[in-house]
Amino acid sequence: MSRLSWFNTVSLTLGFAFLYIPMIILIIFSFNESKLVTVWAGFSTKWYGELVQNEAFLKAAWVTLRVAVLSSTLATVLGTAAAYVLVRGGRFFGRTLFSGMIYAPLVMPEVITGLSLLLLFIGIGLDRGILTIVLAHTTFSMCFVSVVVSSRLVTFDQSLEEAALDLGCSSAQAFRLVTLPIIAPAVISGWLLAFTLSLDDLVIASFTSGPSATTLPIKIFSAVRLGVSPEINALSTIMIAVVTVGVITASLVTKRAMVRQRQDEMAAARAE
Amino acid sequence: MRRVLLIAIPYVWLLALFMVPFFIVLKISLSDSALAIPPYLPTLDLSEGWAGIRNFFSQLDLENFVWLAEDDLYWKAYLSSVKIAVISTVLTLLVGYPFAYGMARAPEEWRPTLMMLVILPFWTSFLIRVYAWMGILSEGGYLNQLLLWTGIISTPLTILNTPTAVYIGIVYTYLPFMILPIYSALERLDGSLIEAAEDLGCSRLQAFWLVTIPLSRPGIIAGCFLVMIPVIGEFVIPSLLGGSGTLMIGKVLWEEFFSNRDWPVASAVAIVLLLILIVPIVLFQRNQQKQTEAEQ
Repeated sequence: MSRLSWFNTVSLTLGFAFLYIPMIILIIFSFNESKLVTVWAGFSTKWYGELVQNEAFLKAAWVTLRVAVLSSTLATVLGTAAAYVLVRGGRFFGRTLFSGMIYAPLVMPEVITGLSLLLLFIGIGLDRGILTIVLAHTTFSMCFVSVVVSSRLVTFDQSLEEAALDLGCSSAQAFRLVTLPIIAPAVISGWLLAFTLSLDDLVIASFTSGPSATTLPIKIFSAVRLGVSPEINALSTIMIAVVTVGVITASLVTKRAMVRQRQDEMAAARAE
Repeated sequence: MRRVLLIAIPYVWLLALFMVPFFIVLKISLSDSALAIPPYLPTLDLSEGWAGIRNFFSQLDLENFVWLAEDDLYWKAYLSSVKIAVISTVLTLLVGYPFAYGMARAPEEWRPTLMMLVILPFWTSFLIRVYAWMGILSEGGYLNQLLLWTGIISTPLTILNTPTAVYIGIVYTYLPFMILPIYSALERLDGSLIEAAEDLGCSRLQAFWLVTIPLSRPGIIAGCFLVMIPVIGEFVIPSLLGGSGTLMIGKVLWEEFFSNRDWPVASAVAIVLLLILIVPIVLFQRNQQKQTEAEQ
């Protein structure tokens, strides 16, 4: 079936309208002159100007960015190690418990994760701040990284690793020279996932942050509770723009990588 | 040695930051609320030695759980969370299935783009996507403006701060979780099976009911669980769109902790919420396992 039937055309059109119209409205009204967000009063970029001067938001954005970079990098290292252990590690003591602990945080309600981590931090007397948010975010996003990476590890041909070992690589060299390049796309998308999860998180950050460190979602949430505001619309527009550019770039890069990989594979097949 | 480290580091990390906190929650849910820092009793005092430990355990009780059972606020909140989760899962399925079906039937060269368009909102901040609906659904909001202007209604509708707004918010934010598994099931579906059914005398609708739906069932089940499980503990959507009239357990836990500062009750609420979630989580994992086995 190469053409879309009218039913499919209608359902796709309505579906995408539903997904995108709210965001388009949000973006349009971020350029509204009036303070009343629901009434159009002419084009203006003044809310962006006010946003840039709002120090509380800028400070929170800086905290959020640092937390996201730190926690996603840590989570990628830990999550990749966990995936490798689960897929290639063979049997070891407590393996079931380990895989349970990898999957459980994926379905754990955020309020429970947040509450339990906060009670831990208070129990051991750790002051709440950037460090505690990083620890919390690393813990739940390493599980997402591990799922993404292990799905790649499962599908790739283990004989490549064995060949490297036969040819004299140590197991660390085999990992660095063979395994890592092959799973690299999954590791990168795991990092991106961890990064956006951290940028996005409100609930866990609310529990684990202290007065010294407020993240952007916490700031947005407390502003939004009072109602719709044009400044938040402007902030949302910037965030949507950044994500859109990021996702499109990432998908173009992976598409190119896939095309190159396919060419390599075809060349290799011909050489045989 | 290196292998031991590779296993030990993530293992110890998860033990320390996932397992231990869970037991702390369990312990505090059995403690009594107190006007102290931290605001609960007993605290473990190891200086008294063995007697201190015994004393500590003898003070733990199920009082908070009895309290949860007796105060109908909590029961109503649990029930209403489950009800909202079930209804919104059905609604998300009704919106998501035709969407996924349309995507799977689209020309092959469009599919990656369509897929990206579905995933894109998922990468955008959850909070912002919920916030976007506040402006649309409020009394003077865009939806009411549109409906008044077209003359469909004469007085503005109250949608924001009602359960309806919560349903809309959930369907909107969780839609990609429903679409993607159904789409991947439908995309793999062999078109010749439907042709065979039609050749054998099925009408198109019958072929859809008898062939397409059963073959996409694993996708439907996965999508439903992916929506239902997190929605039961949802906090952001009910607190921004639901108003005071919408009771959900995630919100109750939050308020118990941040407003009432009653840590033992908040912990007990968390434990009961986990017990409720165990059933769908186990069912979901079994479904996933069956699917992986079927693929192999």
